[in-house]
Amino acid sequence: MASDSRRHSGLTFEVPFVEPTIRLNLAQYRAMVAHCFDGLPHEACGVLIGPIKDDFESTGDITEVQTCRNADESARTYTVDNDDMKRAMDRALELGVEVVGGWHSHTHTDAYPSATDVEKAMALGPYWLHMIVSLKQAEPVLRGYRIRGGRTEEVDVDVAGL
Amino acid sequence: MPVEVKLPTLLRVHAGGAASVDANGATIGEVFADLTAKFPALATNLVDENGSLHKFVNVYRNDDDIRYLEALDTKVADDDVISILPAAAGG
Ligand SMILES: [Zn+2]
Repeated sequence: MASDSRRHSGLTFEVPFVEPTIRLNLAQYRAMVAHCFDGLPHEACGVLIGPIKDDFESTGDITEVQTCRNADESARTYTVDNDDMKRAMDRALELGVEVVGGWHSHTHTDAYPSATDVEKAMALGPYWLHMIVSLKQAEPVLRGYRIRGGRTEEVDVDVAGL
Repeated sequence: MPVEVKLPTLLRVHAGGAASVDANGATIGEVFADLTAKFPALATNLVDENGSLHKFVNVYRNDDDIRYLEALDTKVADDDVISILPAAAGG
């Protein structure tokens, strides 16, 4: 990857854009996918909590997957319910970890960030892990991304036992 | 009379890395003004150009979303905990 992809807004990120590998266990994966199916016909969403390093980057380990309500109740957009985000942040603090990212479903499109996802990612900062569950095909597809300075890069996702 | 302000990861970089900081003020707006006096880089992240709460963040006083209280005019007292949360949304 070209070094310029690690720069935006005058900041230099020392960790490569595509790190870390996001590691989930099977129960976490199943909870995410089940919540996405339960949310149909609307998009479903949640957040990821886990440890960070001294440079604020997630280690890639996910301690807990939190399911949240989609305040938009929409098949086209989602907004993590404010109270659910507060609960997730409190839970993270209780566990001594952080809210490191989020996930949502695409009901009829691929597991790739939409223009809206990229635009709204500005609110989440450069460290946020973005995961998308696509329900377009018979089998759900889960992918992970970093979105920085309007640029999207896929990151590896490892689901233990899948 | 300081209150504790909990910061999301993305704002810590603007506050010397701290997960929570103390700030003074009788309202959320005053607390934010005190915070941004200490950490100027936070300013554009908390309040927008119209002086309203920035759309990128949600703010809680203890367990209450300040949008349903008096927004930046929401009163704060000793021992209140102010939590700043990222607004996670997309399509
Ligand atoms: Zn999306």
